[in-house]
Amino acid sequence: MLRLTTISRSFGDLRALDEVSFDVRPGRMTGFLGANGSGKTTAMRIILGVLAAHGGTVIWQGEPVTQGVRRRFGYMPEERGLYPKMKVAEQIAWFGRLHGLTPEAARANTDRLLEQLALTERAGDKLEALSLGNQQRVQIAAALVHDPVALILDEPFSGLDPIAVETVLAVLRDRAAAGVPVLFSSHQLAVVERLCDDVVIISNGSIAASGGRDELRARYGTARFELVVDTDAGWLRDLPGVRVIELDGPRALFEPAGHSQPGRQVLETALRRGEVRSFTPVVPTLDEIFKEAI
Amino acid sequence: MTVTTPGSREDTDREQGVPFVSATWLVAEREMTTFLRMKGFWIGLGVLVVGLFALAVLPSVFGGGQTSVAAAGPRAAEALAGAELDVRQVADAREAERLVRAEEVEAAVVPDATGESATGVRVVALTETPSDVVRALSTSPPVDLLEPADVSEGQRQVAIMVFALVFLLCGMGGAAIAQSTVTEKQTRVVEILVATVPVRALLAGKILGHSLLNLGQVVVLAVAAPIALNLGGHERLLSVIAPALGWFVPFLCLGFVLLAAMWAVAGALVSRQEDLGSSMSLAMLLVMGPYFGVMFFSDNATVLTVLSFVPFSSAVAMPVRLFIGQAQLWEPLVALGVLAATVVLIVLLASRVYSGSLLQTRGKVALSQAWARQD
Repeated sequence: MLRLTTISRSFGDLRALDEVSFDVRPGRMTGFLGANGSGKTTAMRIILGVLAAHGGTVIWQGEPVTQGVRRRFGYMPEERGLYPKMKVAEQIAWFGRLHGLTPEAARANTDRLLEQLALTERAGDKLEALSLGNQQRVQIAAALVHDPVALILDEPFSGLDPIAVETVLAVLRDRAAAGVPVLFSSHQLAVVERLCDDVVIISNGSIAASGGRDELRARYGTARFELVVDTDAGWLRDLPGVRVIELDGPRALFEPAGHSQPGRQVLETALRRGEVRSFTPVVPTLDEIFKEAI
Repeated sequence: MTVTTPGSREDTDREQGVPFVSATWLVAEREMTTFLRMKGFWIGLGVLVVGLFALAVLPSVFGGGQTSVAAAGPRAAEALAGAELDVRQVADAREAERLVRAEEVEAAVVPDATGESATGVRVVALTETPSDVVRALSTSPPVDLLEPADVSEGQRQVAIMVFALVFLLCGMGGAAIAQSTVTEKQTRVVEILVATVPVRALLAGKILGHSLLNLGQVVVLAVAAPIALNLGGHERLLSVIAPALGWFVPFLCLGFVLLAAMWAVAGALVSRQEDLGSSMSLAMLLVMGPYFGVMFFSDNATVLTVLSFVPFSSAVAMPVRLFIGQAQLWEPLVALGVLAATVVLIVLLASRVYSGSLLQTRGKVALSQAWARQD
């Protein structure tokens, strides 16, 4: 497990991170959510040792992380870049060796990754000859070639077309399933919503919320229900303990007013008045959690 | 790791030990393969070798080859006997003059009809006085040289020029380090590199890779030079230049590392190729300075002595002094020691500035800022 404990970092007078603590659990995809400038990249750079923390500790498997351990992490920085004039396979293998692989292992891993990322045909091409989407895949390959023990990916899906997102996602899930902690940042809530098991929400350098996705939903989401009946649902407004959020003919979205638990009462009333087409609890989206948390 | 002090990262680097060496080598290897695949690299080396052969073999450059002279009449032939000239006997003065006008010979020696000449002959030439012919005809007093020079003034100048030129080319070759550094910044690959290997390994790898590349070129030249000199028939010059050439190699290697560190800093301070010009001026000055200094002051023993101990210029000035025969044996050893100490100092300073500016990928970094920053 990768754990950050009370990490702080300032740039001049700006406090970029203020006692940030969170866990990246093995075998899970952890989404790191935050607006631009909230401290995601700074935190990731500190995990990788590219930036020094001004306080706090990065812990790997219970021990403070060392440079030797960091070498076995996989990192994809927000600002992408590889050597434009180097050939694709050669470049990935070189990064593998830089991470400590033997030449043979580096070559074997490179071939396997190129296959998985559907890039085998471009192995001998110079990177600059590839389309931007394909260059992104090569970037992913460079981060994965050494079978990293942890993956830190800054905005891994930005700039990818939908097919590439699926390809990359499959590769990442593969790694997570093998027990690797995967931390990836995004400002696209929908992406995190769909992909992650755990969520860390950062705002202005502080952790606003963190935990399992479902747990967070339960904690931050109010218990909303959607009711669809066969006639007009306007009567719902008059029911005590109910706050109607949206009303559209036979469809109504409501939540409890105060500490009441009106679900049962609403359903019974509706059944008395006629047909009930549907009655469902509405799970809040991360978007809503996000807005609430920060 | 509790990252509260800037130095703590290096401590862990030291614990790892071996990865530093292997990382340095991997970086060096990549730099070398990249350059060895460039056409420009091979063209440059080819031009150098061809130039060297041309310089040694083309006789006119070293003033070699004998002047051809037409001799008319027995007195002329007699006067020219024993001279190191290509003498052609012709029937009379008119025939000799015709050959001169046709530029088949460079000069003619004809009988003097006016009685002005003490030797009884006149020299005819087209536009300039043929000094070697005149010299052959005049009687000079015997000269006793107490310390005869082994090489002629012309050969000396050419040799000094070659030393200075090789230094200049090598030094400018270091600009490749600045270019490669700024490419890594511009393409942002630098962040992955920094996350993977210690910054010092990155710097060391670049210096090592380019030093080996340049050393390889110097070795090619050092092997080619004796062959070229032999082919051109300059065995005598060769015997004089060989020891200086032997000293030149270690001086050049250390001098290159010194300049390489400067070039690396020049590259790390900017973020785009376009801005490289502004940060390279110091390194350029340190390459051009010694070149011009040695070229201009090769006759001034005092200046040359000073230059031969100053770290940046000693790489070229000391071998030149050794070649001229001005330096005692202890002098290159001291200069080499000073140079080595400067290399250590500058590389340490450079690595700090390099680390401080490498991740600043926006705009130009001020030296003071790079120095203060310890991430």
